[in-house]
Amino acid sequence: MSTKIKLVVIGNGPVGHKFLESLVDSGKSEDYEVTVFGEEPIPAYDRVHLTSWFKTQDVKDINMVSDGFYPNNNFTLHTGDKVTKIDRFKKVVVSENGVSVCYDKIILATGSFPFVPPVPGHQRDNIFVYRTIEDLEKITAAAKTGKVGAVIGGGLLGLEAAKALKNLDLETHVIEFAPRLMAVQIDDGGGQMLRKKIQDLGVSVHTQKNTQNIGDGDSTVHKMSFADGEELETDIIVFSAGIRPRDELARQAGLGMGARGGVVINNNCLTSDADIYAIGEVALWDNKIYGLIAPGNAMAQAAVDHLTQTGTSEFAGADMSTKLKLMGVDVASIGDAHGTTPNCRSYTYVNDREEVYKKIVVSEDDKYLLGAVLIGDAAEYGSLLQFMLNKMELPSEPEGLILPSVDGSSTGIGVDALPDSAVLCSCMNVSKADVIDAVQAGACDMAAIKSCTKAATGCGGCTALVTQVLNNELEKNGVEVNTDLCQHFAYTRQDLYNIIRVEKIKSFEELLAKHDSTSGMGLGCDICKPTAASIFASCWNEHIIDKKLHGLQDTNDYYMGNMQKDGTYSVVPRVAGGEITPEKLIVLGKVAKEFNLYTKITGGQRVDLFGARSEQLPAIWKILVDAGFETGHAYGKSLRTVKSCVGSTWCRYGVQDSMAMAILLENRYKGLRSPHKLKMAVSGCTRECAEAQSKDLGIIATENGWNMYVCGNGGMKPRHADLFAADLDDVTLIKYIDRLFMFYIRTADRLQRTSVWMDNMEGGLEYLKSVIIDDKLGLNSELEREMANVIDSYQCEWKTTIEDPEKLKRFTHFVNSKAQDDNIIFTTERQQIRPALASEKLATETV
Amino acid sequence: MTQTNKNTTANKDDWLSICQLDDILPNMGCCALVNTADEQAKQIAIFRIISPTGEEQLFAVDNYCPFSHANIISRGIVGDLNNKIVVASPLYKQHFELSSGQCLEDESVFLNSYAVRLNGSTVELALSPLAKQQQKKA
Repeated sequence: MSTKIKLVVIGNGPVGHKFLESLVDSGKSEDYEVTVFGEEPIPAYDRVHLTSWFKTQDVKDINMVSDGFYPNNNFTLHTGDKVTKIDRFKKVVVSENGVSVCYDKIILATGSFPFVPPVPGHQRDNIFVYRTIEDLEKITAAAKTGKVGAVIGGGLLGLEAAKALKNLDLETHVIEFAPRLMAVQIDDGGGQMLRKKIQDLGVSVHTQKNTQNIGDGDSTVHKMSFADGEELETDIIVFSAGIRPRDELARQAGLGMGARGGVVINNNCLTSDADIYAIGEVALWDNKIYGLIAPGNAMAQAAVDHLTQTGTSEFAGADMSTKLKLMGVDVASIGDAHGTTPNCRSYTYVNDREEVYKKIVVSEDDKYLLGAVLIGDAAEYGSLLQFMLNKMELPSEPEGLILPSVDGSSTGIGVDALPDSAVLCSCMNVSKADVIDAVQAGACDMAAIKSCTKAATGCGGCTALVTQVLNNELEKNGVEVNTDLCQHFAYTRQDLYNIIRVEKIKSFEELLAKHDSTSGMGLGCDICKPTAASIFASCWNEHIIDKKLHGLQDTNDYYMGNMQKDGTYSVVPRVAGGEITPEKLIVLGKVAKEFNLYTKITGGQRVDLFGARSEQLPAIWKILVDAGFETGHAYGKSLRTVKSCVGSTWCRYGVQDSMAMAILLENRYKGLRSPHKLKMAVSGCTRECAEAQSKDLGIIATENGWNMYVCGNGGMKPRHADLFAADLDDVTLIKYIDRLFMFYIRTADRLQRTSVWMDNMEGGLEYLKSVIIDDKLGLNSELEREMANVIDSYQCEWKTTIEDPEKLKRFTHFVNSKAQDDNIIFTTERQQIRPALASEKLATETV
Repeated sequence: MTQTNKNTTANKDDWLSICQLDDILPNMGCCALVNTADEQAKQIAIFRIISPTGEEQLFAVDNYCPFSHANIISRGIVGDLNNKIVVASPLYKQHFELSSGQCLEDESVFLNSYAVRLNGSTVELALSPLAKQQQKKA
């Protein structure tokens, strides 16, 4: 017998999905029998980042639903099925496909639709809107035959659409009715600067244009005619002239509506029917429709709180301040951006050279911030927003907040002054108190804060501010934010790297003598020695068991094998890309048989041979090297493997030769020592059989080249890699990888994987792109040169070792005997050896 | 002469010759196989430490790691922590003070330490654990 409350969620967009996530978080989801209807053929995706879809045309990149979310929570999801009727008398909803479901409660999250003004000709072919993946697919198809594209509407979404057209290689025009772009959010001065910057990017901007007719073009598909008599020829038109709530279902059901549409809700998001909630862009609160994601999320939370009685949050309007990057241009708008408050004052900073415009609007007495506009540089967005939201008193000369600081000091906000209730991350609704709680619970870096509070994981605009709060809290707790590597060096790994590189230091003794914080009396330790060894290898690439370096190596590097729990080592020869001839495979089998080694295929497509005693290693490697194998560096904090699928050579779906690329990359970067292990993979098509998105560097073939993904990993905290650049040719791809790896080696902390490295980087992925692609730091030629040195000085560490009798001496277990370690005892399991358990060892002794 | 063997009370006959000093690389360890009085074979890790001022020191402790139950201590990285000369176990990275064998992470755990000296160019080892000798003295 089911006593569950029947809950029907109508609409499976970002806000509808957010509601379901919040319901699960409330811990009460098991009290409900949940049925979800979505009109689109796929589950919820991130509409805000729709433009990203163009890069890969892969829904996965903007998918919002974690694997198994619906089945694991026993939610029934009907995609591609639209609800056509709510029968409030029988308490039933009916769908287009004929599904009818009884309900106790309804969540209406049907969203909005793009408004298309009834201009004559608006129903012609090749005219689109910009809201769903289906729209994008149609635009992409049309762009294949067209040359010119025009967007009607110069608002936020219109500019996003223009970016998409530009990326499709169309000559792009933006048509705006108002005298400036983004007329709602920014003022005239800001609009002028934005226009200039957008035009610099090759997009034509036409303002004060009232489209009166769309007819046949002379040399293109359409001709647009404007009220001022001018005309524009174009092949594709995208309407982005605002949104209207999808309220027809509510209207038919007789719910209370606004005069110009929208379902009226109260602070609990309840409609005029106490069993029906409305959230997101369909909902009308205080006669306003909120077309941003953050207010939608806040409504979802308020609805969950009221429905389950697990919280008390209410929706009480939302701040419409926003910060975004449009075609690479920073744009931010806060509060009263136009200065409409009576008697307010404003301060403006314009820099034509850097193309930066900043304005703040303050109260009559200069005490409080009312609004702001930032174009070209929105670094102050976070602190300005806090001044306004928390009604904090401004410094005596508020213009200092937007003037560039001469001495590099920040005139921004002191984070101590922020109240605990201050919302730092509005996308994820994370307050200062949430961040403080996370620090108290043990989070001590940005990566940890991101994973436990989700702060800074939306638009990322709050990263700098959240970092300040984090560091401030750590200091207050007496956690000295000590970035010293260890007792011996009062430097970060990055500092030490620069010191070694600049002063050309090649031995640990020299490093200690010059830079030891214990004034030359220390010996070093198991932290700084391997770190220095890794940096020496990245910079100078000398043999790791060279006389002056061997004492610095962890046992894995010293014995060039991975020490197992019983003190034996594993042997992993390099098998670039996982491609191996039968002859070589036979050699591996023979070696394994001769030395009785446990044999296993690894996740990185290599063969791993376990159970070799240290004194057996030289003989094993002699055979392997003679057969043409090289060391696989499975033991090093270095490039491990480049995994691959067979690619276009064999696979009927492959679009590029992923196998050849994987082998090329593995041979290029083999032996590269880095702050932590590095893994790569290359997939020959979008089916992604090589699982490249779980690697530090993943490459996925496209029709036009390669998509490059960065900073993913599997392991304890899996992270999908982020798309870094799309459709690269071979040369550009390799250039980017050279730079990225060297930049990682130069700046990461000790034992920091690329994912954490990027998460802790201020500006994250975008910053990384600006360094690697746009050469923001002017470093790229240096990074490429450094990588070339490493590649040129490669040697197989095992080959060099077995040719050197001095080095071979160290592999014996005893200095004074040829005996073997009698504590290494194997037993047999599934026809292979394994280390004997303590109890099994005892048994053999007593026999 | 090394500092370690100054307080040694072992008889001259107890000193076992192990290897030449050059067989142990500076600031590294090696493992010696010795036979105890009851004919049991024992593995002992011997470390050769050269201080920044050039002073040679030898240390000897058990090669058996009580945390991993493997004979691997001689393969650890040596260094100093809080002015103590230590070796870090290569498997789980616990630190042991070389002079006393004391584990820095867990007071209740220690390695036996042994007297070791340089006789000419030969490294010599005395079998009775230093720790026991020290306990007897106390």
